[in-house]
Amino acid sequence: MKLLIEIRTKAIIAPILALILITPYVFGAQQESPRTGGELVFAVGGTPPSYDGHRETTFAMLHPIAPHYSTLLRFDPQNYPKIIGDVAESWTISKDALTYTFKIRKGIKFHDGSELSARDVKATYDKLVFPPDGVVSARQATYDLVKKIEAPDANTVVFQMKHLSAAFLANLASPWNFIYKADILAKDPRWYEKNIMGTGPFTFVEYVAGSHWVAKKNPNYYMKGRPYLDGFKAVIIRDTAPRVAAVRSGQALIEFRGFNPAARDDIVKTAGSQVVVQESPWACNLTVAINNEKKPFDDVRVRRALTLAIDRWGASKALSQISLMKYVGGLLRPGYELATPEVELTKLVGFGKNIEASRKEARRLLKEAGVPEGFSFTLKNRNVREPYEVTGVYVIDQWRQIGLNVNHVQQEEGPYFNDYRQGNYDAGIDFACDFMDEPDLQLFKFVSSEKSPINYSRYNDSVLDDLYEKQTRMTDPKERSKVIRQFEKRVLDEKAYQFHVLWWQRIVPHWSKLKGWKITSSHYVNQDLRDVWIAQ
Amino acid sequence: MRQYILKRLLLMIPTLFGVAVLIFFLLRVVPGDIVELKYAGTGSYAPKEALARERAQLGLDKPIWQQFVSWIWGIVRLDFGTSMWTGQPITHEIAIRLELSIELALMATFAAVLISIPLGALAAVKQDTWIDYFVRIFSIAGLSIPSFWLGIVIILTFIIYFRWLPPLTFTPFWVDPKANLSQLIWPALAVGYRYSAVATRMTRSAMLEVLREDYVRTARAKGLWERAVVIRHALKNALLPVITVIGLEFAFLVGGLVVTEQVFNLNGIGKLFVEAISQRDYTMVQSLVLLTSFVFIFVNFLVDLINAYLDPRIRYR
Repeated sequence: MKLLIEIRTKAIIAPILALILITPYVFGAQQESPRTGGELVFAVGGTPPSYDGHRETTFAMLHPIAPHYSTLLRFDPQNYPKIIGDVAESWTISKDALTYTFKIRKGIKFHDGSELSARDVKATYDKLVFPPDGVVSARQATYDLVKKIEAPDANTVVFQMKHLSAAFLANLASPWNFIYKADILAKDPRWYEKNIMGTGPFTFVEYVAGSHWVAKKNPNYYMKGRPYLDGFKAVIIRDTAPRVAAVRSGQALIEFRGFNPAARDDIVKTAGSQVVVQESPWACNLTVAINNEKKPFDDVRVRRALTLAIDRWGASKALSQISLMKYVGGLLRPGYELATPEVELTKLVGFGKNIEASRKEARRLLKEAGVPEGFSFTLKNRNVREPYEVTGVYVIDQWRQIGLNVNHVQQEEGPYFNDYRQGNYDAGIDFACDFMDEPDLQLFKFVSSEKSPINYSRYNDSVLDDLYEKQTRMTDPKERSKVIRQFEKRVLDEKAYQFHVLWWQRIVPHWSKLKGWKITSSHYVNQDLRDVWIAQ
Repeated sequence: MRQYILKRLLLMIPTLFGVAVLIFFLLRVVPGDIVELKYAGTGSYAPKEALARERAQLGLDKPIWQQFVSWIWGIVRLDFGTSMWTGQPITHEIAIRLELSIELALMATFAAVLISIPLGALAAVKQDTWIDYFVRIFSIAGLSIPSFWLGIVIILTFIIYFRWLPPLTFTPFWVDPKANLSQLIWPALAVGYRYSAVATRMTRSAMLEVLREDYVRTARAKGLWERAVVIRHALKNALLPVITVIGLEFAFLVGGLVVTEQVFNLNGIGKLFVEAISQRDYTMVQSLVLLTSFVFIFVNFLVDLINAYLDPRIRYR
């Protein structure tokens, strides 16, 4: 009863506290009119490999470089995941949903003064979808449903599709799909790996490798009055402690990816009311990958016992205090419109709220599988404290409670992926982070290993593959949702091939004088900084 | 003398070649694939075709011996190639960090020499007095406290008490001396303290040994001033092992300040080293190992020359 009252009290206090935290930010932003000028200094936790968005997959490239470019579509920065046009002024979809026609805005100029046309958009997407020899496109597979791309006139681009796709429009809002200049691509399709020439709100000034990236305002940006900032400086700080220190001291106003609760508290404690905190569920999660080829994990009863033993609801309360881990969810991020509601989720194996009953069932399954006394195995994990190590320690403790003896082996990234790829592991903590909420992205990890290079759990299941293909072509969200549920039940419950532990929370503390930036569930989107401004 | 120098310089070539062979093949044995780390390392998905293209671009699809020959041939022509991670020329990537690393190493060495030689000599001269005890405690503390820990304490003190941090990015001394020093002085002191502790103890023990030598007793018997005895006769001879230690420590500092650079977010060679290793950037790691080996060999060579200058008994053969 006391516990119940405590939980209820917390449930009431938490939203009030959140409101208090966020109110000055939200209302402040509404009341104040944007101020132009100033240089935003922000921290980035990594070094951009190349400058080419089409080939890279890291935020370390996106955060400093996205402000130099426009994309065809984009996510509305204030209303994620609503899709709005960027260089596309408008678009239409044919009745059979196989032809997408985009009207390109007039008057958009590249940083060299030349005008952007449909030809540039076509050349950009040709490079992404049909990369020429020697050119890497990390997004080629995403667009393998595109039959051809045409530019019938200077302001029209047409995409012809091979089949229906629910996700196509959202994929065109991908923050990675920088619009490049056709003439440059024609001369050297790899030019953009080492050079910048876009139509975005900021022009390139300087990059000192491993140190910082500097940009200044593009006076010819197509949106009049934007950007507000005179420029920005992205300071590369790879390690967490100095990155937190940079924000704490105010030398950097923000680090867009985010920090864990301890770092947030340190920053808030030092800077007090000069700092606001934006928090959001994050489209990232940690998964327990299981080597389905190894004994006894080839027995579904053992795998189900493993997922049943994990108290996710308890983990959510405990781990969210000390790490990025927070939300209990199925294969889609909790809060996303197609995600499984909690009532249904709790019916899946391992997601029930009565952990004692779950563990009793887990022990019964182990007995039935012929390992009543439990067994020993190794959990491989990255040697990164947050949130990997914390989660590894937690699940090991959970498994210990059903009699399993687990050895925690933390590895550097190289051997970690090597072992996963070669199947040299029993179980492991795997992860995924996507740029948007979209079943095509989030479910891909769970289709057969022979089809999905990011499924390390070593199983093939044609039923899952068919369900995946079916949902990807469904444009009615309700119908699609039903198929996704079937997929989810098969992965997490019936077969328990591999399973999520928790979804992450995104915590971004920043100086309150930084305005116009709103957190989303992805640290990849809303990074062009055109709406960001600095108050005095 | 000229022949000796030439011989030592020529000997560097087979040594560096040995290092090159060793690091090239050792890196290939370590598990991990740069292409996989680039894509899977971010939790994202890239198709097999993209991974294969990337491998081909980096030349990783060629046989190992071909990769080795092509790399060595590049080195012979002083072409270190491009970083597998960034695609930028390695000489460019190293050059922009080398200035900081060398300046930091010089500042730390300067601080260490400034502290260690007078303190070590004083402790020896005043053996078993409170001065000696103080110097010994000071130097043992310096050996016991890791530089990175001292760095963290310095940074936290600045943030908590002064709400100030050294500049986040490097400014060359000749562009803005104030900004440059305000960034580098703190890591130089953190590193210099440990460095000075090593040198102080070496100076003290070498001085104690020399002060018991016959020629020192003779100098005193001649009626020389104590200062002249200590500085001209004792210290000069006691410096031989100290210079060796200082030289080796300096060579280590150029590429070995990994943790200190991380703590102070300095864009130096040490940090580049760690990043390159964790990213399996083979060409970068190979070049950095060659560079640091060269620095070690060259500094050793210089130390030998200085020792020979200080001690005429050393002859070149």
